[in-house]
Amino acid sequence: MNRQRNSRGDVGGEKRKARPGIRRLPAGFSCFKVGIWALVVCAGFAVPAQAAKIGDLAQTNLFEQAIRFFTFQDPAVRYALLGSMLLGVTCGLLGTFIVVRKMALVGDALSHAVLPGVAIGFLWNMTKDPVAIFIGATIAGLIGAAAVTLIKQTTKLKEDSALGLVLASFFAVGICLLTMIQRLPNGNKSGIDKFLFGQAAAISAADVRLMAMVTGLVLVVLVVFYKEFLVTSFDVTFARAAGFPAQVIHYVLMLLLAFAVVIALQAVGVVLVSAMLITPAAAAYLLTDRMSRMLWLSALFGMLAGALGAFSSFLGPNLPTGPFMVLGASTVFVLAFLFGPKHGVVLRWWRQRSRALRTQRENTLKSIYHVLEGREFEGEGVSLLELSERRRETIEEAKAQVQELRRHGLVTLQEEGHLAFLTPSGWQQACAIVRNHRLWELYLTNAAQIAADHVHDDAEKIEHVLGEDVVRELERRLEYATTDPHGRPIPSLGDMRRGSGETARPGDMLGYRKRP
Amino acid sequence: MNELIPHFDFYRVLVSPWTTEFATFGWVVLMGFLVATACGLIGNYLILRRMALVGDAISHSILPGLVIGFLLVKSRGTAPMFLGALAAGIVTTVVIEVIHKKSRVKQDAAIGITFTSLFAIGVILISLYASKVDLDQECVLYGEIGNVWMDTPFQLGSVVLGPTSVVRMGAVTLLTLGLIVLFYKELLVSSFDAGLATSLGINATVVHYGLMALLSVVVVSAFESVGAILVIAMLILPGATASLLSQRLPTILALTVLHGGLSSLLGIHLALWLNCSIAGAMVVMGAFLFCLAWIFSPTQGLLRRWIRSRLENPITPPTEAKQA
Repeated sequence: MNRQRNSRGDVGGEKRKARPGIRRLPAGFSCFKVGIWALVVCAGFAVPAQAAKIGDLAQTNLFEQAIRFFTFQDPAVRYALLGSMLLGVTCGLLGTFIVVRKMALVGDALSHAVLPGVAIGFLWNMTKDPVAIFIGATIAGLIGAAAVTLIKQTTKLKEDSALGLVLASFFAVGICLLTMIQRLPNGNKSGIDKFLFGQAAAISAADVRLMAMVTGLVLVVLVVFYKEFLVTSFDVTFARAAGFPAQVIHYVLMLLLAFAVVIALQAVGVVLVSAMLITPAAAAYLLTDRMSRMLWLSALFGMLAGALGAFSSFLGPNLPTGPFMVLGASTVFVLAFLFGPKHGVVLRWWRQRSRALRTQRENTLKSIYHVLEGREFEGEGVSLLELSERRRETIEEAKAQVQELRRHGLVTLQEEGHLAFLTPSGWQQACAIVRNHRLWELYLTNAAQIAADHVHDDAEKIEHVLGEDVVRELERRLEYATTDPHGRPIPSLGDMRRGSGETARPGDMLGYRKRP
Repeated sequence: MNELIPHFDFYRVLVSPWTTEFATFGWVVLMGFLVATACGLIGNYLILRRMALVGDAISHSILPGLVIGFLLVKSRGTAPMFLGALAAGIVTTVVIEVIHKKSRVKQDAAIGITFTSLFAIGVILISLYASKVDLDQECVLYGEIGNVWMDTPFQLGSVVLGPTSVVRMGAVTLLTLGLIVLFYKELLVSSFDAGLATSLGINATVVHYGLMALLSVVVVSAFESVGAILVIAMLILPGATASLLSQRLPTILALTVLHGGLSSLLGIHLALWLNCSIAGAMVVMGAFLFCLAWIFSPTQGLLRRWIRSRLENPITPPTEAKQA
């Protein structure tokens, strides 16, 4: 390792120093390179168990590594990629149920609890026999899950303590066994330490076969028992009442979960498996409300994260796969968290902001209308002074608001911005908002029997969200009343039209006083 | 199998750590005891407040803080390590809150996402800068308590107190103990009854964040010797064991210290016998003590429950007997 790091450093320095004559690179370097290539290719075609070395031997030129990855020349790359994607799909699918059942940390405990099983599976015949490790790890995981349940049932300890306790104790047993194995004559070369942080390059053909089988099993079980899983995840009481065996489904889920954790161990490692269960599913949960779509998305994200992790860990020597996969999944989650169309933070913030701005514009328009109404629609211009008095604000604030209205084409300004005239569309919107407000006040007093002096605040909020159809319905129910509970006239559709340029006839004036 | 479990050499396993090799293992046992005591004392409150998994999250997520602290200062100083880890601890708490509050992801999933991401960043940093960082991936997981005696000795004036990390851990343990004694009432009341605490004028938020800060300090100092995951065991096991044996907090605290000492002592012998990770062996012995308490506890042990259910209801099988 050290030798390589040094030689890489030297070569890099050489290149930088001798930029004009790259040909002057020492001949030894190209020999070294060719040798490495030969080794890599040999390793690729040799027994898959030795594929673990690929990551270590890898040349350090990022670009070449990337090309090697994407051309899928050596089988180790294919196995690593395929395996990572399969485990991503499995973890993503099962993680969905974990997340909606709020059992995220059960997955964490289960994934740490498998470690002693891995060690015992390895001890079975002192090789990394996938089947032995699979069986050992599954059993250990299930024992861990059972221990959590038992502790919860028979002691006063709460679930979180029970989870942490089982997680760490099982992990400690695993660590003891692992350090004992590494002391054995051939234990150190076994690559069993790769189970801690994962190394996708160590995935062999046999591993991929096992992963494919487990993925197939999970898919079949989920498709066949989709309804059962769905019902027990969301409403256990209903599920029991409807005769679904909720407890059995829970155990099946735990079993599948143990399978998923175990096949993911090789590539992700014991420590971070839980992230592959939680993170893709949580990202999917932010993007959709439908369980079936969430399953698809989560599987897709898991697959993406798996592929990304396998690729990144391939780029440099000695890079663990698991952390990169987890970071890939976390990136997806962050993107969904920020930019998700429905629940995304950025879009939600934007929607809230634009709604707040619109509300403010509408309130300004309403104030202009009130000012006009206050002087019985004599003259059309509203000065900033009048507006600021009406709104109980400073002149500067009123000015800023009027400028905002002008940007939206709702008013025109004269006399250096001190006099505002409503445009036809501004008049329409002002009328509409006042009409909403007063109709609602009237409706509350008439239909809900609320005192006239208690309805203003409510109307102040709802005026901004009433749709045209609701307003029509209100008008109809109120029998086209013309005055609100305070005795002020309610603008009608006719008033709105009269003010807007196209339909205005000569002689028409703004306001009710001039109404024919 | 014979190779795996070595011959039980009475002298090597039980006598030598206290005689010929006392200079080595004395410090290791002391360190184990200090770590288990500090973690166990604060862990009691985590258990009472149902925040055991926050300990899990913090112990994982301080890793990037530690590594960045190392990389910035390029030495294993105490101050950068503490600051980095404390910053990472705060980031964790804030990120969990933000995810939980600003989206519909539940708290458990938010914890899981946050600490795994931060831990992954830490591991990647370690593997990228392997030559510059005095940490390796295995050490992160299960610590190197066995090397604690090799640490540079800490001198106070002309008196050599002992290896720096042991002295530091001792100071942290004393700090923890002191704070718990000093704020005993506040911690007690706010852990059991938040409403009463508020009505007594105890600021629950301050107590909460104080506890979190103390937790970060304890976890950072324990991290080096027992690693990220075994710290969780040190936090939860002593308190959980003690809570099976007693109902009174002072007794529980005393039992916690006892559990820490016993698991450290038994652990070192187990590790010497099996020749395995010392921190791992300490936790295994701690878990063993927990199992003993679980089975034989005089008030709520499995054995007692079983006997009682047999006495009360001889016909029904014990597994189906309901809790009295």
